[in-house]
Formats: sequence, structure tokens, C-alpha cells
Amino acid sequence: MRSLHNIFRLGLKELWSLFRDPVLMVLVAYTFTAAVYAVAHGVRTEVRNAAIAVIDEDRSTVSNRVREAFLPPYFQRAALIGIEELDAAMDQGRYSFVLHIPAGFEADLLAGHQPVLQLNVDATAMTLAGNGTAYVTRIVQDELAEYLSVRGAETLLPASLVPRARFNPNLQSQWFFAVMQVIGNVTILAVVLSGAAVIREREHGTIEHLMVMPVTALEIMLSKIWANGLVIVSAAVLSLLLVVESLMGIPVPGSIAVFATGAAIYLFSVTSLGIMLATFATTMPQFGLLAIPVFVVLYLLSGGVTPLEAMPEPLRSLMQLSPATHFTSFAQAVLYRGAGFSLVWKDLLAVICIGTVFLGLALGRFRKTMAAAR
Amino acid sequence: MSIEAVTADLARISHRYGAILALDDVSLRLAQGDMVGLIGPDGVGKSTLLGLMAGIRRIQHGRVEVLGGDMANPAHRAASYPRIAYMPQGLGRNLYPTLSVHENVDFFGRLFGQGRSEREERIRELLESTGLAPFAARPADKLSGGMKQKLSLCCALIHDPDLLILDEPTTGVDPLSRKQFWELIDRIRARSQGMTMAIATAYMSEAERFDHVVAMDEGRILATGTPQDLRAETGADTLQEAFIAFLPEEKREGHGSVHLPPRDRTEGPAAIKAEGLTKRFGDFTAVENVSFEIGKGEIFGFIGSNGCGKTTTMKMLTGLLDPTEGHARLFGKPMDSSDLATRRRVGYMSQSFSLYSELSVRQNLVLHAQLFQLPAARQRARVGELLERFELEDIVDSRPGNLPLGVRQRLQLAVAVLHEPEVLILDEPTSGVDPVVRDRFWELLISLSREDGVTIFISTHFMNEAERCDRISLMHAGQVLAVGTPDALRRERGAESLEDAFIEYLEEAAGDDEDAETPAPDRQKRRAGGRRGLISSARVWAFARREGIELKRDPIRLAFALLGPVILMIAVGFGISFDVENLSYVTVDQDRSAESRALGRQFSSSRYFQTYGELSSAAEMAVLLRGGDVTLALVIPPDFGRDLLAGEQPEVALWLDGSNTVRAESARRYAEATFNGFLVEMSQAESGRVPELYPATIEPRFRYNQSFDSADAIPPGVLMMMLIMIPTMMTALGVVREKEMGSITNLYAAPVRKLEFLIGKQMPYIAVAMVSFFTLVGMLLVVFGLRIEGSLPALVTGALLYTSAATAFGLVISTFVRSQIAAIFGSAIIVIIPTVNFSGMLYPVSTLDGVAKLIGEAFPALYFQRISTGVFNKGLSLGDLYLNHLILAGFCGGFLVLATLLLQKQEG
Repeated sequence: MRSLHNIFRLGLKELWSLFRDPVLMVLVAYTFTAAVYAVAHGVRTEVRNAAIAVIDEDRSTVSNRVREAFLPPYFQRAALIGIEELDAAMDQGRYSFVLHIPAGFEADLLAGHQPVLQLNVDATAMTLAGNGTAYVTRIVQDELAEYLSVRGAETLLPASLVPRARFNPNLQSQWFFAVMQVIGNVTILAVVLSGAAVIREREHGTIEHLMVMPVTALEIMLSKIWANGLVIVSAAVLSLLLVVESLMGIPVPGSIAVFATGAAIYLFSVTSLGIMLATFATTMPQFGLLAIPVFVVLYLLSGGVTPLEAMPEPLRSLMQLSPATHFTSFAQAVLYRGAGFSLVWKDLLAVICIGTVFLGLALGRFRKTMAAAR
Repeated sequence: MSIEAVTADLARISHRYGAILALDDVSLRLAQGDMVGLIGPDGVGKSTLLGLMAGIRRIQHGRVEVLGGDMANPAHRAASYPRIAYMPQGLGRNLYPTLSVHENVDFFGRLFGQGRSEREERIRELLESTGLAPFAARPADKLSGGMKQKLSLCCALIHDPDLLILDEPTTGVDPLSRKQFWELIDRIRARSQGMTMAIATAYMSEAERFDHVVAMDEGRILATGTPQDLRAETGADTLQEAFIAFLPEEKREGHGSVHLPPRDRTEGPAAIKAEGLTKRFGDFTAVENVSFEIGKGEIFGFIGSNGCGKTTTMKMLTGLLDPTEGHARLFGKPMDSSDLATRRRVGYMSQSFSLYSELSVRQNLVLHAQLFQLPAARQRARVGELLERFELEDIVDSRPGNLPLGVRQRLQLAVAVLHEPEVLILDEPTSGVDPVVRDRFWELLISLSREDGVTIFISTHFMNEAERCDRISLMHAGQVLAVGTPDALRRERGAESLEDAFIEYLEEAAGDDEDAETPAPDRQKRRAGGRRGLISSARVWAFARREGIELKRDPIRLAFALLGPVILMIAVGFGISFDVENLSYVTVDQDRSAESRALGRQFSSSRYFQTYGELSSAAEMAVLLRGGDVTLALVIPPDFGRDLLAGEQPEVALWLDGSNTVRAESARRYAEATFNGFLVEMSQAESGRVPELYPATIEPRFRYNQSFDSADAIPPGVLMMMLIMIPTMMTALGVVREKEMGSITNLYAAPVRKLEFLIGKQMPYIAVAMVSFFTLVGMLLVVFGLRIEGSLPALVTGALLYTSAATAFGLVISTFVRSQIAAIFGSAIIVIIPTVNFSGMLYPVSTLDGVAKLIGEAFPALYFQRISTGVFNKGLSLGDLYLNHLILAGFCGGFLVLATLLLQKQEG
């Protein structure tokens, strides 16, 4: 009871400190509005606006039709270039795809000789290269099939695969990125804010003052956790409602309440992580450098940017120790797939367990490292 | 002084900080060769006045003429810096704590453009004359308070100034060091005739030695004259009394000689008992074998210089520090840092202000009342009581950050006694508080001790305060030299005053430790050069060298900076991959024919897919998709096999989890390929030949990454990421930290250009980043098996320009933000978003839209990404890439210009 009162009181103090740092508040606002919007609006993994060129050595009806088949919004209008321009154009990154139609293509096609088209792909952009190749192939094959069917030479597959995407029917990456950006920013903010709050109190000597009062280290840490957590969860939920749903018009089918509960649990875990890191650094510059690898790994490797399935095995298992991995999986299930607690409790439990370990480690080091500052 | 030359002439100066008027229409004139002392308590405008004179503070109202020119004129300021020396307030505030004594002085010599031999000669002279020569290699933070101030003075004197400005040089220094300091000043005066000195001090007794004294209070000058004049005018014996006589009536109230009634000795356990306390920090012994006993209700004084171990001892008694050896007992019980009940019986006031500056005075008091669990009804009454008793009523809603030091100390003391503790541990509570307030403060302490029986353990520099203690203990270099009543100690030494007695004790203890002073030889005055030309490489080097030494002395930071990227390269280089494998899937086989099983086998044998099992209903499939257990599901319709053989062209449904679009797109691609593979095998089995599903074949040729492997494409991007994040973070704290620590005054007071300071700060971090760059390139070659396909010089020059731009960007952040916390957060979030998303590392730039494209193009990451992949993947040469190099150079220049514009060369 006494403890809860202290935690509450110290947390209120923490909120005051946050609200009285205008630069910080502006940065938080930016993080959850402009930063989310720019990324979700700008970044795409689906093929869109891709630059393509055609080397047409056939100059036939069919080669013309193929060239005309690349349409916005997926492709920019296909440019016509000569074979001698190929290397330079690709080196400079002017085109991601260059389709080479050899001489005699139409004749071979009509004769059923299975002519070969060569597609040059700039493979340095992994996401676009893979999907774009599939798109180009599909477009060209459809175009050829249609051309041939008009001439009565129908080629039909014995069976077909009909893909349908659940939860995001058009596979719009914007849906994915908007929410993942919110989650990624939550992570960075929580680690940096809570850890820096501890270092600041230490550099200003206020933590020392607290430690001679009838307040325990656990109470000090929990007050920081709830106060910083509250601000970040509120900002994240507001961002989902106002920026993602209202401004960008992305449907969020899941329950925001379930998400907020999970986010609160997650915040406990990551703010504990931030505080734990702060007990390993003695000054702000050290903390800043220590925090970078931590939040970059959490930001990039938790399944929010690149699929977890694509990671090599030891790393994939290691990432199970990150609360962000479980939270990302939780958030995807809740927000996109409308899953309830019954489907996601395991992830939440993992987040709680990991967070408790962080908190325990922080507690073990807190008193020792905080007072050691001379 | 009418015919003498005038060094400084200040006319009708007023200066405000927000609502507080620090100087109110002050005029003052300093004759050449004069030694003028500013006396008065803290917060009366002494520092502001000196700052204006030194040209480090922007003039708001009035005219300041120094050395024959207007200090509002930047050209005159620039020409004057080499002739002025300024030593800011605060122990060693202009020093760099991790630098050695010699390195500190050397840095200042370099700033003033002195050549090597000249510098070495001056340093030797200065260190010898101040007795610091034996400690030349000792880091500044390991020096005692007195030695720090001597070192500061050396730094100020290295360029033979015409005007020496010292702001409270002896505050926080022990009596012996104070005596030595003034002797040193006298010798310097004797040697360099014509040097004008303006010195602020809080010790009235020191002002006796000045030619002229300026007594100040509340931003105004109360009186000026020689010390004799001032004393005569008021008929006072000492300057302190004279000063009080000059104060307005209402301020004088409550001042009188403080009387200490005798103590009733009570039997019982000592309130505080220390037995052989020792504390070591690494190889540095802060406190050595300290023992004492403090009885209940006793006022026990702790005297000694800063850094002698007083604070460390007090922290051990509060449980903040665990002793290396020895024990502390409170109320007869061993000190236990986790015992909350004991904490409730102790009040502690730390030396530096340790309350929350973001809370108002009332909020601070209420917070502590609540944390000490005062009953709700009592809280309000108690806070009211304290506000009245400590005269804080007028400022209840102000934030402590804006209040003068003396007021803040009152607030701290109010907080310390709030819960009516039985023991008060006060670490220099009266430093910087004016004499009248100090006296009242002592009356309060005495009443607490005598009436309420509170035990008080207090440290102080003031001898008159020491005399009011029941017993005192003198500490020096971690050891207790003597303990006893003030009278006893004085008698033991046969000294006239307590101060003299202490000086004797200290001299005995110090031996020849700090006392080996030789008179400074006369020498030709040499003038350090003003700033000429656009940028002086010597001064840039001075800053770079210093920053580099500091970085070298912080191995933890250096290790984080070099190891962080290595770890990240491994984690991210291998971790980020779009080569999705092992996608988990289910089949819902509603046909159960030979053909449907063949299709199932086709999927289960693919390396891309991993089966989760087989289901009988589509409803179950929906649950698995929702829970994220599977990424895709294959629904084979009834009669699939029959329809297939009959040429009915059956359709198989492929359900994808669209929540992760990258994964879904890949899954779809692989599923289609696998399905086609199935069709080919089926008809091959049927007709014995490879069928042609499509009329033409499209053969992809993946350029620059033939195997189409993420492990080739991603690591050059990680290189790009690391070379901007770490260097930006390192410099982002550079300027804002100097502002918080105070060493930024060296920039204000020295003849340096802002650009020299910024470039100098940047250089060591570029060097660290380049070391990191070569390490990472080594990893790319060895660990990831990449090859440098293109031009290595293009890569190296690109990296150099890129890290220069990154460190310059960090400086922009640093000059822009006000707190370190904002600098860290800003450099994390501002950098990571465009670097990861808009640089072409993960998503090609050509597909970016609108704002994203704009942000990407306005940030250096994109251009180095082109160089990095160009060299590693595409085999490009400098000729293909030079445009990116030019743009990076442009960024570097642009950021530096921006940082220069944002950086202030004077305080506001």
C-alpha cells in the first residue's frame, strides 16, 4: 500500500518532468505522426512505379504489345533502349528491369518454338527484384496468352492456383508499414526515454537524494516504468487511431483495447530494458552508444521489417529472447487478424517473463551503480 | 585614478535573465594595473558583470569598453580575447577532468597559438611557480580543490593577459590553499606590472588585500572604495561587518552574533559512529581509516577542502556508498542501506542541488512530504510551516532552476528537515549563501540541536561557522588530521584564530606536497597572436587533440563505439533477409485423390515450405491463419484429381496471411512456382514428355548478385547504416554536454572561431568512424565473403566524406537541442528512419513516393548506399560514382555551416 503510494507519487513527478521538456515532447509527437506517415506512405514492398526498359530487336506486333503491357501504377512506361546502353543504364540504376526481346521472337512464338526472353534484374534491391520478376513474368505471359488466343491458338493450363490474401486482400504494404512503424517507434522511444531518464537523475544528483529517503529502488524503477509507459502507450494508441486509421484511411480490424493492454505489458518490458542498460553506462554518451545496437536490433529484427522466417536459425532462436519479437507477433495477430487474448496469450506471457528478467537485473545493479557516482 | 589609463569602463549596465534583473544600471571603471574585488553574496550579479567584461556574455543594456574598445563590437572582441583571461566560477569548471595537469595547460597554450618550445617553457614556468610541477601527469579530477584552482589559474595565465578576470577563485578551497593562492596572485602582480585584475569573492576577509572593493547587492553597487575607506565609512572592524552595514535596513534584520548555548549531555549510544571508514575508487583512496563519534544533539563540523573526502564520508554514513573497509553505526545499529526505517530518522542535504528543477518549490516540498508518509492532514500544515520558516512564501510557484543559489539552499534545507529527522547530515549547506542568510541558517540549526535534540553533522569552508560547532574535525586528503572543540584545537597549536590553527595543521600534513613554490622569473612579455585568417589549423588541432585524449581516456565509450557496429553487422547482416524459407502452411485436402496427394508432396518437399499438418475443414484453417500459426493454406477442392485428368481445369485456392506483405508476396511467388512444378510433373508422368505450360520462357538474369542472396545485398547497407548512426550519436552529445558541464566557456573566452571548435570536435570521431569502417569492410570481405568489385579508393573517399557529414550532422543536433536526453533521442529517431527506410538499403529509392523520396534525398545515407553497393555489388569506379561523392561533400559543408550558425559564441 505504502509502496503503491510512493510509486504513484514518483510517477506523477516523472510525468511533470516529461511535460516540462518541450523539445522532447515535440520529438515524441514527430515520432508518432510525421515519421509514421512518411514511412507508411513512402515505402512499398509491392511493385509500384518500377522503372523498366525494353530492348526490342524484334520490332514486331507482339513485341510492341509486350512493351505496352507495363502499366502504371505498377510500372513506369517502359523505355525503349538499345542493347549497347544496357550495362551503363543498369550500373547507374536507371532501370530496375530490362527486358530483352530477341530478333525473330514473334515468328518463333507463332511456330511454337518456345522462344526465350531475357529479363535483366537489378538484384541489389532484394524486395523489388523478387516480386518484380514475378510481376513481369505474369504480365508478359498473360499478354502472350491473350495474343495467341486471339489467333485461335489457345494455351490453357491444366489447373490453376487462385491466390487470395486474408486480412489485407490487395497485399498493400502500406497497411503493414503503418502499424509496424508505430511499433518500431514505441520500442526506440521506450528504451531511450526510460534509460536516459535514469542517467539524467543520476547526473543531476536527484537519484542520490531519493535513495536516502524511505523509497526503495524497485519503487523508483516502477514509477519510471508506469509514467513513461503511460505516455508512450497513449501516444501509440492515438497514433493508430488518428494517423493510421483516420488520416491514412487504413482499416484496423482488431480491437484497440486488446492492443493497448498488450502494449502496456510490452512497455513494462522495454522500459525495464532501458533502465537495465542505464545501469551499465555511467554517462549519457556511453548510454547513447550502448542503446544503439539494442534498439537497432529490436527495430529491424523483430519481424516488423523483414520476416522472421528468413533469418538463419541461431539468430531466429536468439530473437525469441527479445520482447519486441513477441510483441510484433502479438500486434500483427490482434490488429490485422482480429485475434483475441485466447490466441495471443503466449506472446504476452513471454513479454512479461522477459521484462521481469530485465527488471530483476536492473534492480540487482541499480543501487550499486547509482550510488557509485562520485 | 584620474590620470591613469582605464582598462575597463562599464556604463549603465543592466542585465536580465527572464523575469530576474541581475544587474540594475551599474557603472564601474577599472584603472590599469588596479586590483579590484567584487564582494557580495551569490546571485547579486558579480558573475554577470565579470562575464560582460570578459566578452563571454552578450550585452543587453549599457556600454562596456574594455582595453580601449567596445565589447559589443565583434571585431574588437576578437582582437581582445588574447589580452583577456577569464576563470569561471566553480572548482575547475574550465578544466577537462580526464586530462592531466600538463595536458590542460597545454590545450590552452595551443588555443592561443603558441609554438611548441614557447608553450613548453611557459607551462614549465607556470607549473613550477604554482607548485603543480610534481603533479603534471595527474588527471585534473584527481586534484584537490585548491590544486584545481591553481591549475585553472595556470590555464588563464598562459597567454600573459592584460586583464585577468577571476570569478570566486577560492570558493570551496581549504584555508591553506586559499592562502597560497593569494600569495601566488601577489607574486604574479609583482612580476607583471600593469596587469589589471577583477576578482569576485564571497570571502570578505580576502577582500582586504584588494586595491579597491566594490560591494554589490541585488544587482546594484552598494559602495566602492579602498577596504580602509569602506571600514572607516561604517566604523566597522572588518569588511564583513562593513558590508552588512551597507545593506538596506530590512536585510540587516536578524543579523547579529550567533550564540551557541551549552549542550546538555545525555548518556546513551552515539547518534553516529564511524569506525575505520575507508573508501577506495579503483586505485584512488578517497577516505582512509576515518573514525569519530557524534553524540545525540551535538553539532559536529567537518572542515577541509573539496575533494578531501568529506562528501564521500557523509555518503557512507547515509548508506549511499558502501565503505571498502570499516563500519558506520547510526543510533547504535550498523548502517544498513536497505533499512527504510533508519532513512526516516535521517535528513540529508547533498552538496550540489539535488531537488527536481522541473517541479515548483511547493511541488518539491509536497512530493517529499508524501514520500516521507506524513499523514495527509499534517502535510499541508507542515509545508506551510516550512515555507514560512525558510522564507519561501514569495516563490512557492517558481521553479528552483531560476532561483539564486542561496534560495535553493534554503529550499534544500527545508526538504531535509521536513520529516523532523533525529540526525541531519548537511554537506556544505551554506556554500554561496550570503552572510546574513548564513547567520539565520545557523540560528535555525542551533535551535534544532538545542531545543529538539537533533544531531547535526555539517561540513563547511567558513571558519566562523566552524567556530559555532560543538566539535570539529579537520580532513585532508582522505584523512582526519584532528578532532576536538574549536577552542581546544586552537590552543593546541597556540594559534590566534581557528583559521591559523588549521593552516598549521594543513602545512604539517601537506609537508612539501603542494608547497614547493619558487618565485616566477621575470621574462619578456610575448603577445599571443589574435585570430588571423579563416581557420587556424593549430587551433583546430588543439580542439581535436583534446577531444581525442578525452575519448581515449573513456575506454568504455570507445569500446561501445567500435564493438557496437561489429555486433550489429553480424546480427543485421545475417538477420535481414528476404530469402524467405520454411514458410509454415497447411493443406485442406477435400479430394484425397492420388493427384491431390501428389500436390501435397510437391509442397512438402520444397525447401520454401514447412507443413503444419493437414486439416479437414476450412474453418480450422481460418483459426490457424488468425493465430499466425501458418502463413499460407492450400485448399484443394473436391474432385480435383478427376477434374484435372478430365481437363476441366480445376482451381486450387491459396490463402495467404496478408498481414506481413513481404512474406505474403514471397509466399505467393514460391507457391506459384511450386504449383507449376506440380503441373509439369503430372503431365510428364502422363505423357512422358516435358510439357510447355507457357508459349515463351522468361529467363531472369539477376545482375550484381547472381545467386540472388540477401547476404550479398544487405551487408553493404549495414555498413552505410553503422557509419551514420554511431558517429552522429557521438558528436550529438559533444556541444550540449560541454554546455551542461561548463567547459563551453573556453570557447566563449578564447580567440577561436566557431568553425575551428566544431571541426576540431569532429575530427577524433571521424577517425573513430574510419577505424570502424575498415573493421566493417574487413568483416564484409571475410565473414560475408563479399569482394570489392569496384574501386577501393572510391569506397574509402566516400566513407571519409560520409562520416564527415554524419559527424557534422551530429553537431547540428548538438547545437540545436538543449538537453543531452533530447540529443540522444533526436539522433536516434531522426537518423534511423531515413537510413533504414529511404536510403535504398531495403526498399529501392525508385519506388519511393512523395515526402519519403524528398526526405531520402535530403539525407546523406542514400548517397553512400549508392557508393557502397556500387563498389561491392556493381563493380563501379570513381568515374561512375563521383557525383555521390560531391553531394556528400556538400552535405558535410552544409551541416557545418548550419551548426556554426546555431552555435552561440557568447552567453545570452
